[in-house]
Amino acid sequence: MLFSSQSRRSLRRIIVLQDPYVKIAVNMLNVNSHKQIRGIEMENSPKNSRRDFIKKGTRLSLLLTLGAVGGIAAKHLTGEKYVWQIDPFKCTQCGRCATSCVMSPSAVKCIHAYDLCGYCDLCGGYLKPDANQRSTAAENQLCPTAAIQRKYIEEPYFEYVIDESLCIGCAKCVKGCTSFGNGSLHLQIIQNRCLNCNECSIARLCPSEAISRVKASNPYKVKGSFTKEGKS
Amino acid sequence: MDKWIKIALIFTLLIFSLEGFAQKQRFPKPEFGTGYSQPTPVTPEPRALALEYTDVIVLLIVLSLSSWIAIKDRSRKKMLWLSVFTLLYFGFYRDGCICAIGSVQNVALTIFDPGYAISITTLLFFLLPLIFTLYFGRTFCAGACPLGAIQDLLIVKPLSLPEWLRKTLGILPYLYLALAVLFAATGTDFIICRYDPFVGIFRMDAAFHMVIIGIAFLLMGMFVARPYCRFLCPYGVLLNWMSKFSKWHLAITPAACIQCKLCSDSCPFDAIDYPTDEKQVKQRIWGVNRFLVYAVLIPLWIIIGGYAGSKAHVWISKANPKVYLAELLISKPEVRLDEKNLDVQAFLSSGKSMEMLVDEASVIRRKFYFGGWIAGGFMGLVIGMTLLNQIIFRTKKDYQPNKGNCYSCVRCVTYCPVKN
Repeated sequence: MLFSSQSRRSLRRIIVLQDPYVKIAVNMLNVNSHKQIRGIEMENSPKNSRRDFIKKGTRLSLLLTLGAVGGIAAKHLTGEKYVWQIDPFKCTQCGRCATSCVMSPSAVKCIHAYDLCGYCDLCGGYLKPDANQRSTAAENQLCPTAAIQRKYIEEPYFEYVIDESLCIGCAKCVKGCTSFGNGSLHLQIIQNRCLNCNECSIARLCPSEAISRVKASNPYKVKGSFTKEGKS
Repeated sequence: MDKWIKIALIFTLLIFSLEGFAQKQRFPKPEFGTGYSQPTPVTPEPRALALEYTDVIVLLIVLSLSSWIAIKDRSRKKMLWLSVFTLLYFGFYRDGCICAIGSVQNVALTIFDPGYAISITTLLFFLLPLIFTLYFGRTFCAGACPLGAIQDLLIVKPLSLPEWLRKTLGILPYLYLALAVLFAATGTDFIICRYDPFVGIFRMDAAFHMVIIGIAFLLMGMFVARPYCRFLCPYGVLLNWMSKFSKWHLAITPAACIQCKLCSDSCPFDAIDYPTDEKQVKQRIWGVNRFLVYAVLIPLWIIIGGYAGSKAHVWISKANPKVYLAELLISKPEVRLDEKNLDVQAFLSSGKSMEMLVDEASVIRRKFYFGGWIAGGFMGLVIGMTLLNQIIFRTKKDYQPNKGNCYSCVRCVTYCPVKN
């Protein structure tokens, strides 16, 4: 290495000598060679080897610290993926799901557990409780985005289907259905919309602590298959 | 009409007997005669676990490439394109989540709360960049961090900040780290994620104030290069420690420095150390006494910091929703009547007793008290060490990157006239 830099220097000297700024350049090179000699001396000095030793030791201890932190964390390690989900039995329909999610519209939407639905004509989730008239006119519907579609099946039953592209997760229908009906309408985090944030911003604000991490292999708590005591 | 009256009658009856029927089906599912088939609720699957492992592999590849570019290849252009890829993949495609900076909180939470399980992916995102930094310097910052990439690409005319300002603002990341670990360990909040200024830009969707903060950071970053990395990033504190003792590191010149000063203005982050001025050395001989005084003062700083932290714990612990709610209910009992206060109403209807809430809150507050001592003591140590570093003096012969602060962005290399 020394040889190559020396040959390079001599080469540069030849080039530089043709240059008008000979003096400056030669000066610079002299400084440089002086430095280099000092540099080589420094590398072999005991002071430097001590510094290297300290550095090596610190590096090793930092590596060990990292290993220890990793080891402690690895005690609670899980290979499973976890996602956020709402426990419908804890949910108090406060409406924060619609406003607190980092997604707009929210990743939370209403899901209809048809198994529990009574197919009522007078649906507490579909009609406003204080409606002026008993009709399905827009002003009497509870859903602010008209995401609930009502379909006649047979006397006196009606099917209620949620158009998820319209649902904003405001939980108005959930409140109506839970108070007056079977509670078949309930909120769930739709997993292909959820960004799975490190800390769910709705979970932080949920007054009833209804949102928690669940295993990604079983990412929904749909009423009917999920009961109040736990998973069936 | 008859039907309506019947339904209304049942309806009113049921409303009055809500409690008794709460668990049963109020309106049993009808048996349909017309052969109606019931639809099933749509439940789309979450992102597959295999894709999470892909993220780790991508991080590993990007880190290796970035280290290779910084140490061996030394091409600024390649590093630039690598950071563009990182910005697109970890930033815009992965929406800024998962990231190594936030993983600090997951690790803190899993150490202090045995009930929380950390995923392998998150732990690797925490450890891999640190291990790479321990061997190759902060190549993570240059090539593999989407937050660094978005700021790095928007540097227009970087200004050199005076040293006193850099050193003073340089204490902020330590404070941010201490608070983030304190909040995460007490299970209160993940502040790094919540106040991530760029995640809103990656997602093209965020709360208004976060958009404003994000844009403000980017605009500031045009003139004060990488403001988040230098004066806030809590993960950068750990990287800085690792990088100081890294085995290899980006070098400005491939051979011997010829003291041409061409690189001195090339670093937008003021991370190049100048050679020692011989006159300055003579001036600093009296520094030994000062060194001793400053070193002796460090334990005092730690005690002052710890005391301040423990005094502040009452105030800081209010960030925890449970502590806040308990305090609110005790100091203002009239909020119980406030129908609009959702937290209070949810608590009242949950059937939990006030004693239980107060107990839980006091346990959390106790954690904050101890955490306040530790975090405050840590901050005291940081301040003491920063002051001590002002007078510690190492002779430098050449223009060298400051190993702690250098992001290995390879800008300076292009300015060096010495080739191979």
